[in-house]
Amino acid sequence: MSATVDVTSALQARFPQAAPRASLDHEAVNVPMGDVIAALQYLRDEFAFDVLTDLTAVDWSEAMAPRFTMVYHLFSSTRHVYVRIAADCASDTAPSAPTAIGLWAGANWLEREVFDMFGITFDGHPDQRRILMWDGYPHHPLRKDFPLAGIEAPLPDAEIVAETGMAANPVPLAGGPFVAHSGQINMAEAEPRAKDESWNERRPKPE
Amino acid sequence: MVSSRTELGYDSKIEGEVIVSRRDAIINWVRTNSMWPMPMGLACCAIELMGSGGARFDIARFGAEVMRFSPRQADCMIVAGTVTYKMAPQVRRIYDQMSSPKWVIAMGACASTGGMYRSYATLQGVDRIVPVDVYVSGCPPRPEALLDGLMRLQDKVRHEPAAGKLFTA
Repeated sequence: MSATVDVTSALQARFPQAAPRASLDHEAVNVPMGDVIAALQYLRDEFAFDVLTDLTAVDWSEAMAPRFTMVYHLFSSTRHVYVRIAADCASDTAPSAPTAIGLWAGANWLEREVFDMFGITFDGHPDQRRILMWDGYPHHPLRKDFPLAGIEAPLPDAEIVAETGMAANPVPLAGGPFVAHSGQINMAEAEPRAKDESWNERRPKPE
Repeated sequence: MVSSRTELGYDSKIEGEVIVSRRDAIINWVRTNSMWPMPMGLACCAIELMGSGGARFDIARFGAEVMRFSPRQADCMIVAGTVTYKMAPQVRRIYDQMSSPKWVIAMGACASTGGMYRSYATLQGVDRIVPVDVYVSGCPPRPEALLDGLMRLQDKVRHEPAAGKLFTA
């Protein structure tokens, strides 16, 4: 392993608004959204952080401001260190971020996923479509106000709906969330559904 | 089933090797033993489905080894895996394109009930979009379980009033 480089102070020298970010594992830096692409390019070119390991976002819930934070995980394949860059989105209702495709072509699908799941739009993205849910799906499932069971939504194909009368329905959670008992010998009792049957899709939840 | 009784109003010595049966029995016999599956492999169950087609389990014993990737040449859709809402219209479309008569096997927990995927993205059972004849339990089911499901479907087909439907419709 090579000598550690103090990425935080280097970024702070270059971008005065950058601030160290609390982290349990690797070095992490908060960067204003306007500087994030320049900071990423600086890290890639000057500090050999050549791999974009992951690009995702955080929804801090609708009560918080700023609500959305973009998170970039970088890895240096020569020095074997990680760094995490976080940037808050300016708008809580129509969040947006600049695209990182110019730095790493692989950011394309990752940004589509963030767009799909969080509803964050990417300025300059050449192909901003949903990637996991279908086109026309009205919700963003990883937002905090989206229930795990889902919200009723129309199915993508009108012809099929005419044939089947189907919609994307909320699923019966039957007292979930679903966590199995570890170490149970009897699988019927270890199954998550055995945990709580006080209410299910047939019996409403007691108040 | 097909019988070779020859004392039925004709003389086999004159008319040669003639087999007398019922229309239902003949039609169902043909359908039962040449069921061509449409492998709707969507997740891990599809690997078990491939295993069923392999030499160890040998689905060819049932005349069902002809996996057809064209729905027009298949009559038994085996839905193997998790059906998401994004995939559901395509599954239904392929089912619609299969020629009648057609049957559906829901293979595994996901295809039958949504399985462990109690989430917004997963269809809770493929029977919401296509009529299912046989449900195979397991996650994923062993190839033996799928073969058992196939035999149960064959049993169902064997007892269908096929000719009545065929000649009246």
